[in-house]
Amino acid sequence: MSTGIRIRKGASINLKGKAEKILSDAAPSKTYALKPDNFFSIVPRMMVKEGESVAKGAPVFHSKEDPRIIFVSPVSGLVKEIVRGAKRKILKIVIDKKNNESVAHKIPSTKSMDRKKVTEILLNSGAWSFIRQRPYGVLADPDITPKSIYVSTYASAPLDVDFDFLLKNNKEDFQNGINVLNHLADDQVKLAVDNSFSGFFEKIKGVEFLSVNGPHPAGNVSVHIHKHNPINMGEKVWEVRPEDVANIGMLFSSGEFSANRTVAVAGESVLQPQYLKTTIGAELSSLTDVSGYDDTVQNRFINGDVLSGTAESSDGHLDYFNNLLSIIPEGDQYRMFGWLPFVDNAIPSLSKTSLSWLFNKKGYSVNTNMNGEERAFVVTGEMEKVFPMNIFPMQLLKACMAGDIEKMEALGIYEVIPEDFGLIDYANTSKIEAQEIIKEGIELMIKEVG
Amino acid sequence: MSFLRKKLDALKKPFGKGQKWERYAPAINAFDTFLFVPKHTTHTGAHIRDAVDLKRTMVTVIIALVPALIYGIYNTGYQYYIQTGEAFTFLDAFIHGSMKIVPMIIVSYVVGLTIEFIFAVYRGHEVNEGYLVTGLLIPMIMPVDIPLWMVAISVAFAVLIAKEAFGGTGMNILNPALTARAFAFFAYPTYMSGNKVWVSEASNIDGISGETILGTLAAGGNVNYSFFEMFQGAVPGSIAETSALFVLVGAIILVATGIGSWRIMIGSVIGAAFVGILFNLWGANPLMSFSWVNHLVVGGFAFGVVFMATDPVSAAQTNKGKWVYGILVGVFCILIRVFNPAYPEGVMLAILLMNVFAPTIDHYVIQGNINKRKKRWASALKTA
Repeated sequence: MSTGIRIRKGASINLKGKAEKILSDAAPSKTYALKPDNFFSIVPRMMVKEGESVAKGAPVFHSKEDPRIIFVSPVSGLVKEIVRGAKRKILKIVIDKKNNESVAHKIPSTKSMDRKKVTEILLNSGAWSFIRQRPYGVLADPDITPKSIYVSTYASAPLDVDFDFLLKNNKEDFQNGINVLNHLADDQVKLAVDNSFSGFFEKIKGVEFLSVNGPHPAGNVSVHIHKHNPINMGEKVWEVRPEDVANIGMLFSSGEFSANRTVAVAGESVLQPQYLKTTIGAELSSLTDVSGYDDTVQNRFINGDVLSGTAESSDGHLDYFNNLLSIIPEGDQYRMFGWLPFVDNAIPSLSKTSLSWLFNKKGYSVNTNMNGEERAFVVTGEMEKVFPMNIFPMQLLKACMAGDIEKMEALGIYEVIPEDFGLIDYANTSKIEAQEIIKEGIELMIKEVG
Repeated sequence: MSFLRKKLDALKKPFGKGQKWERYAPAINAFDTFLFVPKHTTHTGAHIRDAVDLKRTMVTVIIALVPALIYGIYNTGYQYYIQTGEAFTFLDAFIHGSMKIVPMIIVSYVVGLTIEFIFAVYRGHEVNEGYLVTGLLIPMIMPVDIPLWMVAISVAFAVLIAKEAFGGTGMNILNPALTARAFAFFAYPTYMSGNKVWVSEASNIDGISGETILGTLAAGGNVNYSFFEMFQGAVPGSIAETSALFVLVGAIILVATGIGSWRIMIGSVIGAAFVGILFNLWGANPLMSFSWVNHLVVGGFAFGVVFMATDPVSAAQTNKGKWVYGILVGVFCILIRVFNPAYPEGVMLAILLMNVFAPTIDHYVIQGNINKRKKRWASALKTA
């Protein structure tokens, strides 16, 4: 069964440095890191101390709110350091890779598998951390049955990956993962595929296909849910990223926690943009040693895409979920009279006050310059142009800024997460930090409504 | 460039964080960012940003205003010379107009920007670019012979009461430029209406016939201009409003760059045309039987609809709301013109009126979206 989802509003920004379809191994990484901040609204409680040894798949910390949700080590080794920030907040747990021990789980036969068993295995193995829940994009609640589970294999963000290529050696694991997930919800997994080319995904069984077409953010799960079966008050929907579906599949076939991460290193600063196989939390340098990057300029390393990813230092580590490492030049230069219309047309612009659309062919060079300063909301209608949901984005942002919970609810806060406002961050004239405002709004909702 | 940059950086030093003039940083920043787009990089949210910013947006509006402004300057001289009967060239007319209008623009910018700078320093935010447009609009919609001190007081009233009192750029209910005109209109009516104010130095010329078209019609007189003259704009009126042709050029610039809302512009034309046609059919007095096509090109209708009604802050903000808002601006403009001869120029009042109702229009559009969502919630509860 297949449902078509066609998006018209939005924008695909064609950037220089898209990853070539070459898949190789990353250089060995000495250390690996887990960052509690990768799991929205999780407060960590440590289960290991510095200097202790952990096997691959052994718990490192658990959620304060629900101790059943554990986060396990992606590799076996010694806990080298627990890095803390302001107010002793745990920023990351760095693990020095040593030997090859791993925790084994007993997997019952497929026939005797049921919802309870699957939940138990996912929780005990740490693979529960792969499942996120809407509203809010928090980790899934093991005690509920979700309305549906969505998987998006269509990545539409700038420089984003091709999951058909990325998972070409894991077709069986992916199918296994889907079979496992199908135990968790009452209906079949919703698998969103690119309508122009769905690759091996079209042969996957036991799913309901959503055939998606259109510019970014057409690949965002929020958009699929909104167009297919929008979230109503009180409903919960789950989301799993494609490679984690395969990781779950591998867990159930091998009995070991699988922390595979295939990462596309892309962006204008990268010398050989390509796909690299590594493990969750690996050092960025283990990737850039292979791909290389232009170190004559200041660069920004972004875990994720340029619209919604998180900045990381060049000696930092991969995040938990991202399949993309974007490296672009920093933009700390002045531009004389750069505010005049129709000057500096090399900078991509969705506004027609620039001729940048003429320069689209080979992809744009971008940097991290703000291209202006933050101002009050003035221009109207531009946010709607890049927001394909039936939600008033500016009014929702204003409700979030005012902390008006009733309004936020009514205007659709349950149906969005910050990444859906990535293009709004990018495109809005007043340089309003929309993703940050939505994130704070969601934090308020969690605190006040739960 | 780097030489200038170094000079500027040295000049800005005492305004830096923790330095003695830190408070006044917004003032110097306004000059700095006029020369250079700052080197700020993204720190939260999206790592890349569009090239458009508020400065670029506002400058585009100013560019769109220039054709109407230049024609307005020329027309000021033209109206003067044909009344005096002297022979003149284009340059003569242009110079005469410039002598009148450039001082008004300077007064408007100096007074308005001074208040903006004071508020920016007081509130600790950067100077917003909105006044660059407002400050040019205000002289463009005034009668040519209005004394400069009246321009200054109108500007001060508009910026203080219509804008800063509500919280500054982006928060105002009424369009500041129109507020300035409305203030002058009601505070100094003798300078803002009648047949002596629309032509430069009219009070010094004997036997003047400098009545605006709408004024003539309201007084029950006959109009001796052809449609083309009205469209081109060689008629008496406020400085830059007379030429529908050059306003249309501005409208094309605004719509092509996506800065002005075509929904509001087209909506207004539809609204005005509809009411205009109805009155034409009725035809009880000269204003009613004045062709609806002519209604669209005379007076401030075109200028108001293109440059004032589309002000994104005071207009409706939702796409559906913009249609409703635009249509009602058109409807009320013609209604006021026809039914209220004391105010032959209806567009100013129509837009100000709709500014007040824009949030209400948006409220209903948004409420529609909310009701739809709540209905969905309710039906989901039923089936569950």
